[in-house]
Parts: sequence; structure tokens; C-alpha cells
Amino acid sequence: MSHHKETFITKYIFSQDHKMIAKQYLITGIIMAVIGGFMSMLFRLQLGFPEQHFTIIEAFLGKEGMTPDKYMGLVTIHGTIMVFFVLTAGLSGTFSNLLIPLQIGSRDMASGFLNMISYWLFFLSSLIMVISIFIHAGMASAGWTVYPPLSALPQAMKGSGLGMDLWLVSMAIFIAASLLGSLNYIVTVLNLRTKGMKMTRLPLTIWAFLITAVIGLISFPVLLSAALLLLFDRSFGTSFYLSDIFIQGEVLHYQGGSPILFEHLFWFLGHPEVYIILLPALGITSEVISSNARKPIFGYRAMIGSIMAIAFLSTIVWGHHMFVTGMNPFLGSIFTFTTLLIAIPSAVKAFNYITTLWKGNLQLNPGMLFSIGMVSVFISGGLTGLVLGDSALDINVHDTMFVVAHFHLVMGVSALLGMFAGVYHWFPKMFGRMMNKTLGYIHFYLTIIAAYGVFFPMHFTGLAGLPRRYFSNAAFPLFDDLLPINQVITIFAIIGGFVQLIFLANFFISIFKGKKATQNPWRANTLEWTTPVEAIHGNWPGEIPTVYRWPYDYSKRDENGNLWEGKDYTPQTVPIRQGEEEF
Amino acid sequence: MKALFFIILFTAIAATAWQIVKLLGLTKNNQIVTKKENNINGWLMLGTMIFLYTLMIYYMFFGGRDVLLPRQAGSLEGEHIDNLFKMTLGLILVVQFVTQFLVYYFTFKYRGNVDKKAAFFADSHKLELFWTITPTVVLSALIIYGLWTWSLVQDVTNKKDNPIYIELYAKQFQWEARYAGKDNVLGEANVRNIKGMNTMGVDMNDPYAKDDITVLHEFHLPKGRKVVFQMRSQDVLHSAYMPHFRAQMNCVPGSKTYMAYTPALTTEEMRKNPDIIRKVNGINKIRAEKSKELVAKGEDPLEPYEFDYLLLCNKICGAGHYNMQMKIVVEDEADFNKWLASKKTLAEKLNQNQ
Repeated sequence: MSHHKETFITKYIFSQDHKMIAKQYLITGIIMAVIGGFMSMLFRLQLGFPEQHFTIIEAFLGKEGMTPDKYMGLVTIHGTIMVFFVLTAGLSGTFSNLLIPLQIGSRDMASGFLNMISYWLFFLSSLIMVISIFIHAGMASAGWTVYPPLSALPQAMKGSGLGMDLWLVSMAIFIAASLLGSLNYIVTVLNLRTKGMKMTRLPLTIWAFLITAVIGLISFPVLLSAALLLLFDRSFGTSFYLSDIFIQGEVLHYQGGSPILFEHLFWFLGHPEVYIILLPALGITSEVISSNARKPIFGYRAMIGSIMAIAFLSTIVWGHHMFVTGMNPFLGSIFTFTTLLIAIPSAVKAFNYITTLWKGNLQLNPGMLFSIGMVSVFISGGLTGLVLGDSALDINVHDTMFVVAHFHLVMGVSALLGMFAGVYHWFPKMFGRMMNKTLGYIHFYLTIIAAYGVFFPMHFTGLAGLPRRYFSNAAFPLFDDLLPINQVITIFAIIGGFVQLIFLANFFISIFKGKKATQNPWRANTLEWTTPVEAIHGNWPGEIPTVYRWPYDYSKRDENGNLWEGKDYTPQTVPIRQGEEEF
Repeated sequence: MKALFFIILFTAIAATAWQIVKLLGLTKNNQIVTKKENNINGWLMLGTMIFLYTLMIYYMFFGGRDVLLPRQAGSLEGEHIDNLFKMTLGLILVVQFVTQFLVYYFTFKYRGNVDKKAAFFADSHKLELFWTITPTVVLSALIIYGLWTWSLVQDVTNKKDNPIYIELYAKQFQWEARYAGKDNVLGEANVRNIKGMNTMGVDMNDPYAKDDITVLHEFHLPKGRKVVFQMRSQDVLHSAYMPHFRAQMNCVPGSKTYMAYTPALTTEEMRKNPDIIRKVNGINKIRAEKSKELVAKGEDPLEPYEFDYLLLCNKICGAGHYNMQMKIVVEDEADFNKWLASKKTLAEKLNQNQ
């Protein structure tokens, strides 16, 4: 490591240090989450109280208030921001960057420069996406899946003009950022592990980040090609996705393409994307639950196996988003089969978490609470996947609010809770200070109550047949009786939104005013807690420590049944003691 | 209810403000969770579990039950889907209740305590095998039953049941329907033929198209006769969704898609279904209250709601997506034939116009 003098710009802005880049990702992610979350409140107000006028809506959306175009723009950008900018970049970008070098024992990422480029491309794409919200032509509004022809033809809807172009450009840059990140993570994990850090001694966080990066590398380029072809159709008159179109009184020249091709390309990323979001959260949860249960994670190898199984299966199930597109029913059968298989590794993971809690000595700090909450929400959301993954059942609930409830629980809320767990747990590593616990508790309980209050009742609106992305139900007396449920959902959503202010206050004040952290505040085994509290470039002042054991030797007993050295944890840097068996 | 939410919210805000003051004053906030905190959190987690169970039970048996689609499906195929759904839902509920209990109860029971030590229990092949094999067996059953149902409802090529052919045609933001006529074959069509009255672009040179009948706003179906629907769209993706039949298929510009359903109950019969009666009464109570407000403001009251089968658009298709619907009337075959005979064919309409 070269020890050149750091200026403000090289230290805080164009930093190549993975820990600083992680913080940049986190703070950008938080800002994007605030924007995306705020949008959801605006459209929830519309759904819960369609006839009322809200000054807040008029303040943000202009005098005419909520219109169908604006409504669809809000749901589109909310989805895009939350899925890609918060839960992909904000989650994976933050914790992969922070933890990979620290937990495998490396001075930095394989390429600090690429890492910096990756962040700044992400920043640029975020900026373009945010700008696209405010342009006069209207933001992209064809849904976050941007299915053509709706997204391809400017005459099909207001948002399919400049807003859509900006969306595509932003996503293309985002994908480049994500690919650079993924390459870096994979190379770093495979090549830069410290002495003794065998693959079978990696913490589950690292396994999750590694596999996530691999899925991202396989699937994101496909979305890039899908976006480019869509750009061609929009701008250069090609017909990849378009054929036989008559719109606004005229026949367009497009011939021979099919929007179904776009759906295949989109979901070839889109489904693995769910696991790109979820796996890092599961990795974080594994680490936080094990260290706070003071117990080894149950079934370490089974956990790795199930991560790999999920990753493999995730690339061959994309068709379950397309059961009702008219694709060959036989193909539908195959996708039903592969989709329902994912329930097996998922069940293994859930039961392993529960067994880890069993007979533990649970330290219920905010990180731990969020992890347990994550497991609970993951189960609640995952189970309804049995309905949606089954082609015959999907027919009736496809594209209804039931789907919205399902995926918000299983990947939205659960990944968000995993992210919070990570922030509370590794805050001392990021900023050298502690977050306030009591605020953390309040934040957790209100968040999980609000999350269930929003998304559990939502299943019932879907089972009542209410389609998603309806600006208003006024045209359907059939849905009149759903209004009370929608109001409850909206109230919980607003509570849930306000509660996040507690987190924001706690986070930003603690950066400057929090209590100084000790070196290993959670008494954890992993390597990151052997670095000094005041983070330094290169992570360890002297030699990088050598690793002698797996990371989950919590409450290990000697031959007499006593704790080794009277401590309920044994860091990875402690050599195997005389008479001790390596697990 | 609302008052309660606001009380909770304000309490939280007050506590937050207090903590922020403490935080700013850098008062002690120990890193290690104390025994007292573990105790409080253990109990609060039990409380969270009770909240979750209450929410689930409330919506399953009270708040959410009456709004659901009627348990009786409107089509024969829908009944198979419903059976599969009931089985899946039963499984989901059992697993949900049991696993959530384990998560929260273990959190409560094993909440930290300085005197306690955690067990060192890192692996067990027996347990791992148990919860790999159990889901595998259960899922195999679910997959087999699911695929059987799927092949049943996706059967559009079987001509044995002597189906009738109907085209559902989607455009921003309206549905149209076309009947195959006496020859029971739909004529070819393409958007390039759209002109004047021929809004669906039917190729009038195709002999099969001569007797095709087109309708707007409402279409009829015969009870007990299999109907093969052919879907087309002229502009963007739409989705033909008939929730009471448990039927849905996307309409894809540039290609045709198909589904087949057999209406099992006429509209009149469905209106007598106890679930429908309960739902309609609930809706009309809400509408009556709204009407009172409207009348007080000097506006016209709302019409009372009466049950009808509906076709609605379930794929985002533009600004009018939330308005796109068509009424379906299911009636006995004799009535259906009478209705269809009263409609002019497209050819007749076009000739009349010239």
C-alpha cells in the first residue's frame, strides 16, 4: 500500500478505499430509499383516500393533483428505485464492499480503481433516474418491467417519451456499474483471501455476496441487451419487440417482432434479480443471528448448498412471470416444476435459522431483532410463492394485488430488514461509533408492525380480484368494499414511512455524536473485528492475521463441557488449541 | 382505530425525541444488551407474534372474508383451480402458523441471560435430511396436482366438446368481442385492415369472416358449452381477466393467444349464490352511505350494484387502464342463441354503411 497524503477529494469523494465506497453506496442508497419510499406514500394516499384532496399531493404533483399518468409514473419509478437503486446497489454495494475485504482478510478490493468507477457510474445513473422524475415530458410510467409496446411507443402513454429514454440510459449505466462491482467481488473473494481462509471457512455473508455477484454477472448483461434493443425500437425504427400495431388512427410500420421476446429477456434478469436482492440479506442475517445467538449457525454447509441451489434454480425459473402470456403450456409446466423446487432450499434455510435460535443465548439488540424479523417476513412472503409459482393458480392471481403483497414481503420488506440488520450490526465498523439502541428497538417494532399491516391485508384485495396499477377503482362497483382495507393499508404505510425518520435521525446523528465503539462490540468471531476502531487504509496496521478456524465457534466446549477459556466465542484468528477439534 | 394509530405514532415520536436528546447529550448507552433489555425485547417479540396472529385471523375470518371472490367458481375449469387453491392455501396456513410460532417463541424463550450459556449445536444430518425430504415430498404432490390442473385448463385444441369460438379484442381502452358465426370459424384479421366500422381489422375477403358477428360493451356466453377464446390486441399488451371464471390470458400485439373455459352458472344463478348476495349487500351498504353524502351535496345518488360477470384489463396499458372493462352475460344456450341471432354480422354492418 502506498501511503501518499490524502486530500479531502481522494478521501471522501474519489476514494478507492472499499470502506469509504461502501459508505458512499449506503448513503446514496438511503437517499434513493427516501425518494422511492416517499413516492409510495403519495400513491397509497390515492388508493386509500381517492376522493380526498391532500395538500401534500398538490404540493408535489402540481395543481391537478394525482392523475392516472402521474400515478403510473410514481409506481414505475418507485419500483425501479427500490429494486435496483436501493436493494441491489444500496444493499449489495454497501455490504459487499465493506465486508468482503474485511472478512476475508485483504487490504482492499482486487481493483480499487474499478470499484471507484463502479460507484460513480451508479451515482450517475441515480442522478439521471432522479432527474427523469422531474422532467416536463413526464417520468417513465409503463411499470418497472417497462413492457413494450407501451414503453416503446411515445404515443401509447405520456411517460413513454423522454422519460423512458432517460430510464433506459440510467439503467444501462446502472448495469455497467453493477457488472464492475460483481467482477471485483468475485475476483477478490477467489484470489485475495488471507492465509488459512479456505472457502469452507468463509463467513456466510461472503458466500452470499460471492454467489450474488455470480448471478448478477450472468443475468444483468441480458437486461442490458433487452434495454438496448428497446432503445433501437424506440429510436431507430427496428422491430425487435413490435409487430402489427394500430395506434391513434394509424398503422405503424413495425412488423415481425414480439413483446414476448422482451419479457423473456427482462425476466431472465428479473427473476435472478430477486435473489440478487435476497441473498445478501440472507447472508447478513446468518452472520448477525449466529453471533447474537452466541451459537454456531446451524448447518453451515447446508446453508452454502442452499445458496448455490437457489442461485442455480433462479436462472431457470424466469418463465413463471409469463404463465399467461400465451407461451406453450408445456413450457409453463417446466417452469412450474423448477419454480416450486426453490421452496426446498428456502425451507432448509428457514429451518436452519429457527434451529440456530433454539437453545441460544439470544442478545436481542436491534441488529438481531431485524434479523429475526427478516426470517419471519421471509417465511410469510415466501409461502405465498407456492400459489404464484403454480401455473394453474397463477392464472387467477397474476398481476393482482396478491402478487404485490407477495413480492413486497418476500423480497422488499425482508431484504430491507436484512439491510437494517446489517447497518445496526456494522455501523461501529463503518463509523467507529455506536447507534442508539432504544431508537433501534422503536424503529424495529414499528417497522415490522407497519410492514405486516400493509402487506398482509393486501393479499385479500388481490384475492378479491383487484388488479395492480389501477389508478382508481371507481369504475368497478365490484371493488367498492375494498376501500376499508385499502385505508388500513395506507395508514400503516404512512406510519411505516414516518418510522423511518427515527432511523434516519439515529443514523446521521450517531455518525457524529454516537458513543465511541470498542474494537469488537458484539464479541464476534469474524476478521473485521480485529481491525482498529479508527479505520485505516489497508485495514490492518501490521500483518494481515492468519485464520485457523471457521467463523462460527460460538459457545464451543472443551472435553469437560466447559467453555474454552471461559469465553463464549473464539475468533477465527485463534489457533486450534490442544485437545480441540476443528469443526 | 385511526385514533389508536395516532396515539401509537405520537408515543413513538415522543420517545424518539427523548432518545435523540439523550444521544446528543452522549448519555450512557451500553453496547452489550442488558438482561433487562433482553427481557423486554423477548416479551415484545411475543407481542409482535400476537399482533401478526391477530392480523391474520382478523382478515381471514372477518375483515377480508366477505370481500373475496365467491367460493363458487363461474366455470368448470375454475372449480379445478379452486380445489388446487384450497389445498395449497391449507398447506400455507399450517406452515405459516407453526413456523412463525417457532421463530417468535424461540426468540422469547431463549432471550439472553448472563447466567445462561448457548448450546453448541452446529449440525445434524438427521434434521437436515428431515427438512429437505419433507418439503420435497409435499412439493412433489403439489407439483403433480398442479400440473394436472394446468393441463386441464390449458386444453384449447380439443374439439371433442364442440366448443364455440369467440375473439376478445383489446385496444386502448376498450374491449370488443367477435363471434365465429354459423361456420364456427373466426375469419383472419390484421390491424392493416382496420377501416371505418371494421374496427377489429377483420379480413373480409376471408370466407370464414363473412358470418362473423362483432359486439361492443357486453358479450354473452352459453352455460355449459366450452368456449375457446382467441385474444388479440391492436396496440399494447393487455390482459383479458375474468376473475369469476378464474380465467386470464394476455393479449399480445402481433400474435394470437388462446384460453378455453366452460361457464358453469348463468348470471342469474350466480346472483343467488350466498357469497355473492353477502358481497353485494356489503357493497350496497357502502354505496348507500356514499349516496347520502352525494344527495346532501345536491348530486345524484349512486346506482345500487348488481352482480355481473366482468372482463377487465389486467396488464398496464396506459392512462385509461383502470377503466377498461366489458360486461359478460352467461345464459342458457337457447337464450344465448336467440341473443346471437338478433345481432348483425360484421358484413351486414359494413354493407349498411356503404
